[in-house]
Amino acid sequence: MVVLNINGQQHQIDADPRTPLLYALRDHLKLNAAKFGCGLGQCGACTVLVDHEPVFSCLLPISLLEGRYVRTVEGLGSAEKPGPVQQAFIEEQAAQCGYCIAGMMMRAQGLLEHNASPSDAEIREYMAPNLCRCGTHMRILRAVKRAAKAMMAVVPTLSEAQR
Amino acid sequence: MIWRIFGSVIVVILGALGAFLAWSWHSEIAPQNASASSFDVAAVRNGAQLASIGNCNTCHTEKDRAPYAGGFPVATPFGTIYGTNITPDPDTGIGTWSEAAFKRAMREGLDRKGNHLYPAFPYDHFTHATDRDLSAVYAFLMTREPVAQDNRPPEIPFPLNLRIFAAAWKLLFLRPGPIKSDPSQSTEWNRGAYLAEGLAHCASCHTPRNALGAEKRNRGYGGGQIEGWRAPALTGESPAPVPWTTDQIYAYLRDGFAEQHGAAAGPMASVVASLQQASDSDVRAIATYFASLSGGGNDAGREAKAKEAQSFAQSREPNVTDPIATTGSSATGESPNGAPAANGAIIFAGACASCHHSGGELPISRPVGLAFSTAVNATDPTNFIRITLEGIHPSAEERGMFMPGFSGALTDQQIVALAAYVRGQFSRQPAWQNIAATVSGIRRDKNQQR
Repeated sequence: MVVLNINGQQHQIDADPRTPLLYALRDHLKLNAAKFGCGLGQCGACTVLVDHEPVFSCLLPISLLEGRYVRTVEGLGSAEKPGPVQQAFIEEQAAQCGYCIAGMMMRAQGLLEHNASPSDAEIREYMAPNLCRCGTHMRILRAVKRAAKAMMAVVPTLSEAQR
Repeated sequence: MIWRIFGSVIVVILGALGAFLAWSWHSEIAPQNASASSFDVAAVRNGAQLASIGNCNTCHTEKDRAPYAGGFPVATPFGTIYGTNITPDPDTGIGTWSEAAFKRAMREGLDRKGNHLYPAFPYDHFTHATDRDLSAVYAFLMTREPVAQDNRPPEIPFPLNLRIFAAAWKLLFLRPGPIKSDPSQSTEWNRGAYLAEGLAHCASCHTPRNALGAEKRNRGYGGGQIEGWRAPALTGESPAPVPWTTDQIYAYLRDGFAEQHGAAAGPMASVVASLQQASDSDVRAIATYFASLSGGGNDAGREAKAKEAQSFAQSREPNVTDPIATTGSSATGESPNGAPAANGAIIFAGACASCHHSGGELPISRPVGLAFSTAVNATDPTNFIRITLEGIHPSAEERGMFMPGFSGALTDQQIVALAAYVRGQFSRQPAWQNIAATVSGIRRDKNQQR
């Protein structure tokens, strides 16, 4: 039995300790945002955040994750109340087939938690491990920039914070 | 009497000092503006190939900046030196350098004005290049796009920053002159030796250095260090379980991957990327030279060793599909006292085996069997840990495979457990002793870079 903290909730999972996190998310917990793309850590469709770092959930055995904080797209917001990254991806219409987008949004979230206003070059470098076959890269880049602005806007300024 | 002896000692010392200063003083070579159109196209082409073999662009190009315009930090034990601007810009580059000034820099380590250059610039190797080849490299550089980008001053503490120390270093360690060809070897071998010892300066990374930063001549290609990576020995001391052959070295240098050894990573990935401009015949010549140094003995000896390595590798393939208990202490892979003993096997099965297990389905990548890996068999875990943490990421202009890094996925303790397991499972070499310290050292290094 392995206990996982997913999006702030504790889940007990009865599975082989080598089971990749991706399978636990999709098969055991029915959290279907993270996708199976290649199963080899080559495409990024399965990207989730572990302690603020984007990782490939297809290559991460669940037994290594006790005591760590896992986040998936389900933790960023909902269809009714999308989070800033999700909202930006919707507004830029960044998804075409959409298969890579959950992974893209998680990596974008990871980037913006480390670097609130990344340059174009920094966005390209950070997002490079995630592949998109439709070719919506330019929209994805715009969406990341839009999300950065939106997230900056909700941060209170010093004078607001002191009020 | 005593004063006489004392006096003559002083005279001798002053005389030696005077002679050294006279020897170390070099005059300025007058500035000269060369026109790009004055160079022969064939020489420029040849120079492009030689510059790629010399890997000039790596140390003379800052990340994401203009090629050859300098700024790349070269960390040495004495401080950080920045590659200089070698574009033909007249003010910040080498636009006013005559061919004679360029050749003097390459052979004697002097800038146009006669200042001694620090030996991070490997003139101890470039000094062996022929006149014709240096002319070609000059023609290539002088026909690049001039870029106005100021050089960054070296960050070497006083008094080591005094150029006179570079002069003293040369007196001790610089051996100018051509490479002697070996008539008992083939033309190809001699070509390879000339390139490897000269412009390619392979020994700069692959030979250990002494306290003064010079290569230890008696330990040639015995393995060195560069940018936080280990450059493995290229001699019989090589950690490779299967002795390197000409074909395998050729594949490694040409494609960045040798199926019996592994992928080029770290600083060697830039070398392979740079070598893409070199001709097949020159790359093969270099491969021929190093295959002869790697000391696998005769062909029969090599084959016997290769067979032995193959059967060992097969015998050590772990079973990654047998069921594991899902409850109890073994479920988390920890032994009862909390030590991560069994953890390594679980991490390997879940994180590595889908690519590195021999039975894996690998439609898009060609990872090496870990029993053959140089990193896994090396005396030190540095390269293994770096590759595990950082992965292998070919840049847009580099060929080669992609391996994800696990720095965000695995904790230090998990990396240690994985390294200990992989070493024990896939190598016949003794266990690594310093894994935990190496992991935390590399993590600290990476955090500083951020």
